[in-house]
Amino acid sequence: MSKDNQILEEFTSKEYEHGWSVNYEADEAPIGLNEDIIKWISAKKEEPQWLLDWRLKAFKAWLEMKEPEWANVHYPKIDLQALRYYSAPKQDKKPKNLDEIDPELLQIYERLGISLNEQKRLQGIAVDAVLDSVSVGTTFKDTLSKLGIVFCSFSEAVQEHPELIKKYLGSVVPMTDNYYAALNSAVFSDGSFCYIPSGVRCPMELSTYFRINAANTGQFERTLIVAEDDSYVSYLEGCTAPQRDENQLHAAVVEIYAAKNAEVKYSTVQNWFPGDKNGKGGIYNFVTKRGICAGDNSKISWTQVETGSAVTWKYPSCILKGDNSVGEFYSVAVTNNYQQADTGTKMIHIGKNTKSRIVSKGISAGHSQNSYRGQVQVMKRATNARNFSQCDSLLMGSKCGAHTFPYIDIQNSTAMVEHEATTSKIGEDQLFYCNQRGISSEDAVALIVNGYAKEVLNQLPMEFAVEAQKLLALTLEGSVG
Amino acid sequence: MATAIKTDILSSLLQFPENPSFSALREKAKAFALEKGLPGIKEEEYKFTAIQRKLEKSITNFSTAQPTDLKADDIQNALPSEYTGDYLVFNNGTVDFELSKLSKQGYEISLLSSSQPSLLGEIAKIKKDVFAAINTASFKDGIYIKVKKNQKVEQPVFLLFFNQAKAGQVIPARVLIEVEENAEASFLENSISLDDQPYFFNQVVEVKAAKNSNSYYSRLQNESKQSLAVSNFESDIYRDAVFTSTVISLSGDMARNNLSLNLLDSGVVGNMYGLYLLNGKTHVDNHTNVDHTMPHSDSNELYKGILADGSRGVFNGKIFVRQDAQKTNAFQQNNNILLSEDATINTKPQLEIWADDVKCSHGCTTGQLDEEALFYLQTRGLGKDQAKGMLLFAFAGEILEHITDESFKNQVTELVKERLGSNI
Repeated sequence: MSKDNQILEEFTSKEYEHGWSVNYEADEAPIGLNEDIIKWISAKKEEPQWLLDWRLKAFKAWLEMKEPEWANVHYPKIDLQALRYYSAPKQDKKPKNLDEIDPELLQIYERLGISLNEQKRLQGIAVDAVLDSVSVGTTFKDTLSKLGIVFCSFSEAVQEHPELIKKYLGSVVPMTDNYYAALNSAVFSDGSFCYIPSGVRCPMELSTYFRINAANTGQFERTLIVAEDDSYVSYLEGCTAPQRDENQLHAAVVEIYAAKNAEVKYSTVQNWFPGDKNGKGGIYNFVTKRGICAGDNSKISWTQVETGSAVTWKYPSCILKGDNSVGEFYSVAVTNNYQQADTGTKMIHIGKNTKSRIVSKGISAGHSQNSYRGQVQVMKRATNARNFSQCDSLLMGSKCGAHTFPYIDIQNSTAMVEHEATTSKIGEDQLFYCNQRGISSEDAVALIVNGYAKEVLNQLPMEFAVEAQKLLALTLEGSVG
Repeated sequence: MATAIKTDILSSLLQFPENPSFSALREKAKAFALEKGLPGIKEEEYKFTAIQRKLEKSITNFSTAQPTDLKADDIQNALPSEYTGDYLVFNNGTVDFELSKLSKQGYEISLLSSSQPSLLGEIAKIKKDVFAAINTASFKDGIYIKVKKNQKVEQPVFLLFFNQAKAGQVIPARVLIEVEENAEASFLENSISLDDQPYFFNQVVEVKAAKNSNSYYSRLQNESKQSLAVSNFESDIYRDAVFTSTVISLSGDMARNNLSLNLLDSGVVGNMYGLYLLNGKTHVDNHTNVDHTMPHSDSNELYKGILADGSRGVFNGKIFVRQDAQKTNAFQQNNNILLSEDATINTKPQLEIWADDVKCSHGCTTGQLDEEALFYLQTRGLGKDQAKGMLLFAFAGEILEHITDESFKNQVTELVKERLGSNI
């Protein structure tokens, strides 16, 4: 037991790798939140009037809303008036290509291991990097545009493709959807926009990288992905933030629209600063992610590896509206120290023969609390709907908790819905067996955890899978419970 | 205006009986209920069960029902045909000793007002559920059954609740059972509607299962299509004791069953089995709760439902495993078959675990009968309905097996067979 404790100690004292910050000159909005700030942001981004109106409408709705309290997380209330809603690296003019981007900014991303310049070029991934509030650069734009694919920052899309933004913005996550979605709708500063025209299979992985650098800043980005008929895209998202004592807020909205026969794969490796080992600081990650399979035979697949954030509150969902559409959700959520995660998914079956699959693997260690909250809803019209859910929890240490809140609501007699969940710890016999074969306890834990999470990790694109695996091993190294 | 009506309903439900015993407890319960109010559908626990709306719609006279004319025949009809054990008759919530048959071998039985047990309200705490509080404030008198130490009560005690709206449509009933150390006893329950008039049956049963005891409680819920029923059943279970509950729900307008097992020490085994066979517009909501507080305890839960017509089933199973409850085994399973386009099931199997060295699992399925199995039976010369009935009976049978009393099992099995034979 003492050895376990020792190893646990080592593990808990492991520090956050990406906890540095860089001083760069930033263009910032005054602290606080009111209509003027929203107008200021909108003016700063030279937005058309309709978008400003949209923001103000969301703000009005938000004022009427209350902060949700149903989630199984506890945290001190955030003073939303003490936040800064816009912070951007100062640039004299818009960069045309990567060479014109401030080298200091590029350095930030290089330190993160995402070199906008080279690395990803070698790997063939197009990256849109978002620092604090704005997108700093998008790679491979030209290559993509030859195929008719639009992949750019949100503000650029507002300028260049207003008709698309106008059509799809808020179509999946309405501005009044929930408290944080409404807040995001009012103050979102930038994000990524991706449009795949019909019949096009995106030849490379598209990727967004988010980083919060400035202090006291909330990050509110918005991602919108539109996949037209018969198209395919795989999209990656990653995030980090510097180590600061105070909590920072990240309230993003992701919307996915999949038309007939389209397929969208969305993968996230979330590694926001989780707070130190005493639970101080860390990011509040309150994100609304939703996709709609609007056309027949479409498919949306969410894969997430959640290792960071002090408090996570996130339910990537699928609305299966088109007949024969498919929704998938694969998740590994790791919590350690005082982290809290309340995450899961919603699968709303509306169309006929719709299928969904949920695989959620929770791993809790330290004093953390890990909750799965999911809903499977089969509407009356959804004949032959099929769902399979599996949510497993692995507990390490005696002070953490694992919770499951699955809601299953069925209104159609032809539905086949299965749900199963288990909770367990790493068996002493399993560890002993590995030890016996010459594998150290630490390696054995990594091995078992990796095996446990394999089903989800397998869903990640190659490059991400490597990163995620490393991240898991790092976070859980030696955490023998 | 709407709120005015609600407070009216609540305050009429909260009327104390004449010459109330336990007045301090009642006052507390009333204060809590008034503060909390009746649960609307905005409340998570009553999200799918709009009991308040039902009360507004079906009940016009909110005073407590008076005892009705009960005949010996009514009692014989309610009991299983070959039943020889003891039975206790509740006439609209009031105990009728004259019509009851009580051998009192191994157990004591008394009115709550005469024995004044301090245990009352200690297990089913008023703060747990507003209807428990309403019951506590308004019950006329109840029964206290004490199974004495080291006694094995051979014959079960059958609690018969006869309900009929008479000079009032609200029927509160209260039962307190104490099974002392090393004792063994089993209890059966049947609630019977004497006519088709709507009433609101609000029942609280508290059970203390002391060290090393063994107790069973089997319920049959087969009331009229107009009846509204809320039951709060709560049991505190101590070291090495075994407690088993079976609940069979066949009919009613709306029924809500709260069933809680508090596993307060090591070595406890708590079992919960339930079957709901619903048709018409019946709405049955089973909320179960198992609380593991100490190491080395087990709980098993299996609830099955068959839903036809426009019926609705709600299942919410909570399992709590507290930090001290290492080496817990907790299993929960909920299976449903929907037979019609209009039937609805809302299920939420919920696990909350704070201890690491535990084995917990829950599973939940919703589907239809296996087409191939159906076809197989048809190739063997069975009619489709007959084949269907047979498969459904096999599905339901798993629950019926857990009823320990043979005569009661036969009674329930006959009812279930009859319903399934005509495909509910």
